[in-house]
Amino acid sequence: MAGNDDGTHSRLRRRLLMGMAAVPLSGLLPRIALADAPATAAINTTGLAVTDTDVTVGILHSVTGTMAISETGSVQAEKLAISQINDAGGVLGRKINFIQEDGASDWPTFAEKAKKLLVNDKCAAVFGCWTSASRKAVLPVFEQYNGMLYYPTFYEGLEQSKNVIYTGQEATQQILAGLDWVTKEKGAKTFYLLGSDYIWPRTSNKIARKHIENHMTGTSVVGEDYFPLGHTQFNSVINKIKLKKPDVIYAIIVGGSNVAFYKQLKAAGIDMSKQTLMTISVTEDEIDGIGGDNIAGAYACMKYFQSLDNPNNKEFVPAFKKMWGEKTVIGDVTQAAYLGPWLWKLTVEKAGSFDVDKIAAASPGIEFTKAPEGYVKIHENHHLWSKTRVGLAQKDGQFKVVYESPELIEPNPFPKGYQ
Amino acid sequence: MFGDYSLGDLGSIFAMQGFAGLILFSVYVLMALGLAIIFGQMGVINMAHGEFMILGAYMTWLCSEFFAAYLPSLFGIYFFVAMALAFVASGSLGMLVEWALIKRLYKRPLDTLLATWGLSLILQQAYRSIFGPREVGVNLPDWMLGSLQVTDSIEVPINGLLVMALTILITIAVYLLIFRSRWGQQVRAVVQNRVMAGAVGIDTEKVDRLTFGLGCGIAGIAGSAFTMIGSTGPTSGQLYIVDTFLVVVFGGAASLFGTIASAFTISQTQSTLEFFLSGSMAKVITLLAVVAILMLRPQGLFTLKVRR
Repeated sequence: MAGNDDGTHSRLRRRLLMGMAAVPLSGLLPRIALADAPATAAINTTGLAVTDTDVTVGILHSVTGTMAISETGSVQAEKLAISQINDAGGVLGRKINFIQEDGASDWPTFAEKAKKLLVNDKCAAVFGCWTSASRKAVLPVFEQYNGMLYYPTFYEGLEQSKNVIYTGQEATQQILAGLDWVTKEKGAKTFYLLGSDYIWPRTSNKIARKHIENHMTGTSVVGEDYFPLGHTQFNSVINKIKLKKPDVIYAIIVGGSNVAFYKQLKAAGIDMSKQTLMTISVTEDEIDGIGGDNIAGAYACMKYFQSLDNPNNKEFVPAFKKMWGEKTVIGDVTQAAYLGPWLWKLTVEKAGSFDVDKIAAASPGIEFTKAPEGYVKIHENHHLWSKTRVGLAQKDGQFKVVYESPELIEPNPFPKGYQ
Repeated sequence: MFGDYSLGDLGSIFAMQGFAGLILFSVYVLMALGLAIIFGQMGVINMAHGEFMILGAYMTWLCSEFFAAYLPSLFGIYFFVAMALAFVASGSLGMLVEWALIKRLYKRPLDTLLATWGLSLILQQAYRSIFGPREVGVNLPDWMLGSLQVTDSIEVPINGLLVMALTILITIAVYLLIFRSRWGQQVRAVVQNRVMAGAVGIDTEKVDRLTFGLGCGIAGIAGSAFTMIGSTGPTSGQLYIVDTFLVVVFGGAASLFGTIASAFTISQTQSTLEFFLSGSMAKVITLLAVVAILMLRPQGLFTLKVRR
């Protein structure tokens, strides 16, 4: 703890200042107003930005640069959740204020802004990051300054931290049930794995390959290909796929490449009714850019689709559209980002404290019954129990849910036999 | 490795792979042509080339939205209107930029690199503010989707054929303009000797502005055409810029013919390698080959032999 000296010093000064401010006020305020809200000193022993009426949290996403396309939805969802919590009375009687910082699609910037949110602003929790690279960049900062990060994106797993709650799926939650389904339902035997060339698609395809080769019977991988990020020409690999004739094309292509891939696939006459295309990288957000016509008929493996038919989601979708416009779409990660502030509120109330150590300890077992995806629960390993769903892409850009795992799937960020 | 496949299968794959290579070649020529004109004829390194392309793509998107809303009966042909608009929009922006920025930097070619890079960042953020950070989906008329069934197993994507046709058309147009028109003669005169060209009464400033505008306009058309095969978002231009420079530099800066030859070489290498190796390895080997050849021939494949 390098910053300890400074910390005590400023904490002392803050207490003094707060005490001084409270003296004239305490006479004026009716005692009842504070009756149901516990005293700040008792629930905030580490000098976080918590006052008798307010608590400050941070939002850290890219709103400029390449990643803005993906992270915009997460920012919107987090702001919606915060405003709903405030309308419902806040957290421990305190209104949530947020400070938003821009990671600018640049990983060192993420780390710098994370430090600012924790050290200067004393944020009680931070909701943010999207790519694994940005999470890896801020992780040491959160561990050093003991902050709390709620991370929304489905990711490759192989990580677990006291200071992070992963509200998206780790890879096995997203992949295994989908592969089982496609094998059983479509009688698929042969798979062609595709991906953009970085850690998430490679790790995910590794897990998929192990599952196909070792854990299912009679199935095999007939090809595996990776493309640099931003690759725009897929005609050669499409020819390769035509030659190999796999039952399932398993695609984890991201960003602008995604759009190019599906447009060229469609143009090359790969008919998704004869071959199954399964992806874990296309949500409603991406279809906006790809165009419903180009991807209709493909299957996506997610835990949330905007079209989910349950009472929670029927409240969530109109609320989201009311705040952000009729034309916005809600993808898997957007929903996971929405869970962050709610899970944090529930944890704070269970712990009866804003202290990060107590929140980290109280998180396992927290249940959120109003989640748009249905019921979720935080696991010992700080990931969420969640269901896997398979959706069939429609021309209008929405998914039709064709499969839902019967049980919640246990998060397993370090899967044995898959590495 | 082909033992498992029938002769018919292999034949049709080779045919389709041939087309894939030709389509990639057309894409490369189309995106490099505008840059080759600007870099080759004016010596300006235009890092904002990709953003001029994306301006064309956004014009196409606006056009598709407009036609879908107000002229649905003409939707089938909106793409041609869109391309013309893309040319005008990117070309005008190009001339504006030349007048405001580039004109002041002709004597400092390396600074144009920095200035246009800054311009590309400004344009990206402008697109983000105006059109939103998300990619937009450009709807295409039905006849442009799908593929032509040549035989039972050979299919050729229609959008690829359209890109090829467009590339041929624009290449011929540029050739006529530069090598057969009076204005082209002036451009070549300015390239060969700016002072002398000025002395014989050529308005070199006007020639510069129009050349820059032409290069940017062609970039706009390329961007418009690429809505058929790629994405349209604030940073999509960045996807093309590296390949574009690769083609132009490898071809030899001042030579349009070199650009075409280099686009052909790179695209065929790339598409053949991609078929046998993974996408990433194909790119690595292509780049290594280009670097090796440039070490032996730093001036590129073709150069103009002029006295400087």
